Amino acid sequence: MAETSALYKSDDVAGYPEVAHDVKARLFDEVKADLRFPDYLYGCYECGICVAACPSARFYDFSPRRIAQAIAREDVALVYQQMEEDIWECSQCFSCVRCPRGNNPGGLITIMREVAINNGLASAREALEGYSRIIYKIMSTGTQVSPDMLQPDAFPDWGPEVKDVSDNLALWRRALPPETLHTTSTGWDVAERTLIELYVIWLESGVLEMIREVDEGLHAILEEIMQDRLEEEGIEP
Amino acid sequence: MTAPVDVVLRKKERFERGTERLPGDFHEELFRLEEEGEWIVDRVREPYVEVPTKYGRTKKIPKAHLWHHKSCGQCGHIPGYSTSIFWVMRKLGYDYHDPRDQTSCTAWNYYASATSNSTAQAAVALRNFAAARETGYFPLIHCGTSYGHYKEVREELLLHPELRQQVRDILAKLGKPLVMPEEIVHYSEWFYAMRQEIAAHQVRNFDGIAVTVHPACHYYKLVEGDAIYDPDIYGGQRTAVVTGLAEALGAEVRSYSTWFDCCGFGFRHILVQRDFTRSFATQRKIEVMKEEADPDVVLTHDTGCVTTLDKSQFAARAHDRNVGVPVMSEAQFAALAMGAHPYRVCQLHWHSADYRPFLERMGIDWEAAWAEFEADVKRLERGEIEFLTWEDVDA
Repeated sequence: MAETSALYKSDDVAGYPEVAHDVKARLFDEVKADLRFPDYLYGCYECGICVAACPSARFYDFSPRRIAQAIAREDVALVYQQMEEDIWECSQCFSCVRCPRGNNPGGLITIMREVAINNGLASAREALEGYSRIIYKIMSTGTQVSPDMLQPDAFPDWGPEVKDVSDNLALWRRALPPETLHTTSTGWDVAERTLIELYVIWLESGVLEMIREVDEGLHAILEEIMQDRLEEEGIEP
Repeated sequence: MTAPVDVVLRKKERFERGTERLPGDFHEELFRLEEEGEWIVDRVREPYVEVPTKYGRTKKIPKAHLWHHKSCGQCGHIPGYSTSIFWVMRKLGYDYHDPRDQTSCTAWNYYASATSNSTAQAAVALRNFAAARETGYFPLIHCGTSYGHYKEVREELLLHPELRQQVRDILAKLGKPLVMPEEIVHYSEWFYAMRQEIAAHQVRNFDGIAVTVHPACHYYKLVEGDAIYDPDIYGGQRTAVVTGLAEALGAEVRSYSTWFDCCGFGFRHILVQRDFTRSFATQRKIEVMKEEADPDVVLTHDTGCVTTLDKSQFAARAHDRNVGVPVMSEAQFAALAMGAHPYRVCQLHWHSADYRPFLERMGIDWEAAWAEFEADVKRLERGEIEFLTWEDVDA
């Protein structure tokens, strides 16, 4: 199908480089090649039910319908534009899966985001600015957030209770009856062996390599942590 | 309300799905793959409760011997949530295992940053399932996102042999087989299944307590066929968890028009783009609930939803928005019903929206309770005790 020039956002929404058509086509092929793709798109009635249910559509210039339609029409130029401008606005709540056609626009966006990460797209680098510490936390400790992240300067909009928690953190964690919750730098006490097994998964599945494309510094830190621990355990990654 | 809307609502009072449109039961393929030696199906064991799901399939909810798959956000930032789940289970006399051999499902990061892939996500899930099976306990998933994502992982593994092979190769390096539970069970399903037993242990009267329920997106929108729907609750048109429990405890559940909306968590937004999260949570959820239902408390059943709906209210208050209602999980609500201490068990001092008027409505002297908790903390500080124990919280 012929491409449409659906430039529905102004050109200055985000700064990203224009690339050749064959690059856009390759990125689109990567989206379609994902094993989840055939289960996420069946066509589009253009009914707009997904948009009506979408939280991001209420606050951003964003539409899950446009995502599904662009991919269904194989409009590689528009899909590239969406990968640079739209996909990080999605809330990943999956309210859009009430689609009467059985589409999963949120799932399509998950795939598009992964392709954006794997190819180091500008939108991916921008989206992950300020997020590196979270990736570091989940990949290195096995829990996504920790009690010691509750700092007033990080969450000034969450009220004075954040400072109370921060000031009393060690004592309040010891005041929790479950024995696994006495931690401050992880959500719970993750066993050493368990963590090493997680490192093997990150390495074997290629996830650690994904980080290299968008944050070389973070990749270097994580690689060193994981390889040191695996070497200590005598595990050949 | 206009007449046509009335007519539509009357027609929808009771909903029956036509049998010709029912989706198939995934168990057929699940057990076929086991017969072919592809994986081990971890069976739900007695005692269990049978509950109805969205498309009419009966789901087994195990009552005891549960492996608690904990939640990052609950354990990290709302620890009274996890503590209440454990406390209620202990009070009802059901044994459980709280593992250290458990990682996060890592799905918060998967949905936030996409720095993962389907192979890694499936390997993380099946590593945890294998770890559970090694203990002989059955996994009970605390987090709504973990629950939703594990269902997605199960669907992908059922459909794609190449994914099963990739995960099998990785788990072989860990010395683990592929294990898939017969049912993926969320803790709120356990609370729903056990609601009459919980109500039988109720010591605080909830008559006159009005609640609104926020159903968690990843519980009932992702792979929706696993979610509990009960013809007697909302006519079977909304998930029955949380609401079924609140009603069993005698609370009045009030509806509101934006019940289907998400909370605004957004996965990445809550961490790095909270202007969106705050706006959505207050304008589309809290303010609508306040205006249409005026609840004493908002109940929900997922990590991100409690955090978002609770924490987003502080900044909105500064703008004189119509906010100011406590938010907690139904696990904490049930624990309070059964006489739990609001600080030692429910740990409400980790919450932001003012919950004290709600405690007063229940007849709880929160000042005295806080003084007791502070005395505990002093004992910890003086080194008289190292930790607060389960025995201490019921002293």
